[in-house]
Amino acid sequence: MGRISLEVNGRKVEKEAPDNTLLSTFLREHLQLTGTHIGCDTSQCGACVVHVDGNSLKSCTALAADVNGSKVTTIEGLETNGKMHPMQEAFKKLHGLQCGFCTPGMVMSAIDLLQKNKKPSDVEIRDWLEGNICRCTGYQNIVAAVKEAATKM
Amino acid sequence: MASLVGSRVERKEDKRFLTGKGRYTADINLANQTYAIFVRSPHARASIKKLNIDKALKSSGVVSILTGKEIADDKIGGLIAGWAIRSEDGTEMKCPGNPPLAKDNVNFVGDPVAVVIAESLVEAKEAAEKVEVDYKVLKAVTSTADAMNGDTIHEGIDKNLCFDWLLGDRQKVKDAFDKADKVISIDIINNRLIPNAMEPRACVADYNAASEEITLYTTSQNPHLSRLIMSAFGNVAPEHKLRVVAPDVGGGFGSKINVYNEDIVCSWAAKKINRAIKWVAERSESFLTDIHGRDHVTHAELAVTKDGKFLGFKNETIANLGAYARVFGTVTPTYLFGPCATGVYEIPAAYTNVKAVYTNTAPVDAYRGAGRPEATYTIERLVEKASMELGIDKTELRIKNFPTAFPFKQTLVHTVDSGDYVAGMEKAKQMADYKGFEARRKESEAKGKLRGIGVTSYFEACGIAPSAAVMSLGCGVGLWESAEVRFNPTGQVTVYTGSHSHGQSHQTTFAQIAADELGVPIENIDIVHGDTDKGTFGMGTYGSRSLAVGGIAIVNACKKIVEKGKRVTAKMLEANPEDVEFKDGEFIVSKSNKKKTIGEVAFACYLPGVRDEMKSPLPEGDEPGLKETSFYDPSNFSFPAGTHIAEVEIDPETGHVKLEKYTACDDFGRIINPMVVEGQVHGGLAQGIGQALYENAEYDETGQLMTGSYMDYTMPRADNFPEFNIGYTCTHATTNPLGVKGCGEAGAIAAPPTVMNAVIDALGGQEVTMPATAEKVWKACKNLKKSNAKAA
Repeated sequence: MGRISLEVNGRKVEKEAPDNTLLSTFLREHLQLTGTHIGCDTSQCGACVVHVDGNSLKSCTALAADVNGSKVTTIEGLETNGKMHPMQEAFKKLHGLQCGFCTPGMVMSAIDLLQKNKKPSDVEIRDWLEGNICRCTGYQNIVAAVKEAATKM
Repeated sequence: MASLVGSRVERKEDKRFLTGKGRYTADINLANQTYAIFVRSPHARASIKKLNIDKALKSSGVVSILTGKEIADDKIGGLIAGWAIRSEDGTEMKCPGNPPLAKDNVNFVGDPVAVVIAESLVEAKEAAEKVEVDYKVLKAVTSTADAMNGDTIHEGIDKNLCFDWLLGDRQKVKDAFDKADKVISIDIINNRLIPNAMEPRACVADYNAASEEITLYTTSQNPHLSRLIMSAFGNVAPEHKLRVVAPDVGGGFGSKINVYNEDIVCSWAAKKINRAIKWVAERSESFLTDIHGRDHVTHAELAVTKDGKFLGFKNETIANLGAYARVFGTVTPTYLFGPCATGVYEIPAAYTNVKAVYTNTAPVDAYRGAGRPEATYTIERLVEKASMELGIDKTELRIKNFPTAFPFKQTLVHTVDSGDYVAGMEKAKQMADYKGFEARRKESEAKGKLRGIGVTSYFEACGIAPSAAVMSLGCGVGLWESAEVRFNPTGQVTVYTGSHSHGQSHQTTFAQIAADELGVPIENIDIVHGDTDKGTFGMGTYGSRSLAVGGIAIVNACKKIVEKGKRVTAKMLEANPEDVEFKDGEFIVSKSNKKKTIGEVAFACYLPGVRDEMKSPLPEGDEPGLKETSFYDPSNFSFPAGTHIAEVEIDPETGHVKLEKYTACDDFGRIINPMVVEGQVHGGLAQGIGQALYENAEYDETGQLMTGSYMDYTMPRADNFPEFNIGYTCTHATTNPLGVKGCGEAGAIAAPPTVMNAVIDALGGQEVTMPATAEKVWKACKNLKKSNAKAA
């Protein structure tokens, strides 16, 4: 067991957790932040993407202990004063989601893309999102949503 | 008031999904819950000699370990096939027992033999490792084509044959072939796929010892049907003591229609241990144990005249059922396949013969399109080949054989009520710049690339379906749908539907329909589904039926509300009910300025007594309250159709296939929400293109799944697709009041032959099996080079 202290969505948290606890498990089971999803067991699907110190990370690829002391943002932490983030708004406006399961990881990943590349081309968006699998949308409206968000961020 | 039907209304469900407030089964945690891990067979075929749980029972945190023996002792029933199919010789299909936990034999890798229940997930996993199973490993049968020659898997089922089914008339077909100028024949494989909804299956079962009620939260597309099967066939609990809740469900595509072993075992075990049990599949378990799709081996022939008229069609198919026959396992390769295999063409004589075989692989059942993708692949590959062999343009050949009038009595079963296939073809050609292809081909050639164009015209029978029809064909239930429309006294509306949304946007589209019917603002309408304790029994979501069946039930229930509203208004305003008209949420007495809003009427319906000056507004014979139910059973299937055109460019040096352009022109009848329909088309196309170019489930000869993770099974990613060019033609369905047809499966049905026809066109007509991987295509390119060199 070890003590994990993080700042999650602007709130300081401290919890005891077994040393082998994945960050994804820590968020879901220890903090009840179930917006971060687990879609595979090989770090392929990207449903669990969160931001750690501002960068996107598949939270199933890190132990909670590895990121001790970091600032973590999950899908639950994107709204400000009850208003959705421009990326969330764009996904809603352009139907970038259907069943919603891959959506949290997709949104977190897309926000990081725009942090690093303010005006990505279609090819750059599709290339960046290669690590996030969506089975519902065929990706077309996700790409459109990211482009829309790029005009608002 | 502007009509909402036809508008791009943003989705009501989105905010919760976008802010992490969705509630999927794995998000549910109950007080004092335990965790289940299933011990699964590592062998494809084996008998269980001995199962020893002594060591595992002593493992830390173990609450209980249950095996096939206990489940048999408690007389818990197995999983079932929902559709009875008769062989050509009149005999009934042969289905083996499929116990939720195997007791004597295991028949595919992943078949569960025991469940370990512990205080924590880690402890359950550790204990599961200590369960000792002594197997006698037997020779597995894994090949679809050779299954009939393999060892007998299930005692008493000769040749591993479930049924040998015929639809059509062999003699008529023989006569037609005798008259033909030419016979085009083809041997094709429809590759096995794994549906891969992004949410892995999961369930949480709870038991209340005081009320003796079991509650099962599960990843299901049809909770009512799940409860019925678990109760009537599984003997888990009577229906009134079993509540099934399918909360937010992260995609289904058919894979979540079935009741699964884990649903039954966890529900039964929760009662046994008197505690809640949670089970969440790991992705590797999903790969092994979710139903798989497709897996046909087909020989088909088309008899034609030299000027391209189709005379007859033969289809001899072997369909792999996997280890057991499941809910839609037997109907998918028969009535969902055979009738559609003659496609959108007038073919005077046809038959489809299907031999359905058992193998030691995961059960095969309905996956997006279910039978219709296999049918469309068969006929459209054949027609494309005919166009090459006859030297007739592929679009002209199709048009030549399209029906000229509707209703179109299709060769084998269906009477298609409406459509305009020529208009769909012409529009698709225009959208795809079909004429400009030759120039683009030359451009590719100049770069050393091979370019091909492929066409598919399809129709599908969906909106499953009229009970009278499906029950006469062997279906075990009626396939109507229910709706209940309930006004609150203060005027908001709750609509309960028996269908289920796991991405399809019902919360929005159904609210659009009810808003238009009732004249109530959409924000005052809630759609409720997915809980057997809320709303009336319903049949669920599959076969593109939610709107064409479930949506119409909502319309009909709303119409009953309006009828009652007219009677109540008449009483309130002292008019004749016949003189009351309803428009935009108001009941108006004709030729007067007297009116009541539907909100006022709803309020009045809940106040039947007399208070002060107000007397009861209810006419004699009408009960208080404002709530109506409808069970809608359509008179026919619905028949979406369309033409898709794909263009690929192949690099002969690497065999890499690049999908350059994809055009889809579909006729879905009336469209409720264009934004949602676009999303459904895109998603279907991605799965269909996935089948053609990327996805393939493969077992080795011992029955081990070689493609059991996202490292091995190629899931299409964002960078695998071009931007799809989609458009519509519209002929309204004449068999339902909304004129709707269904759109969920079209992309997955039309895309595989469209893409493969383009690939094969680029390869000069050389057959390549799906998926057209770089390796296969590279080899074909080398052959092409050789034959071109010879010709030169």
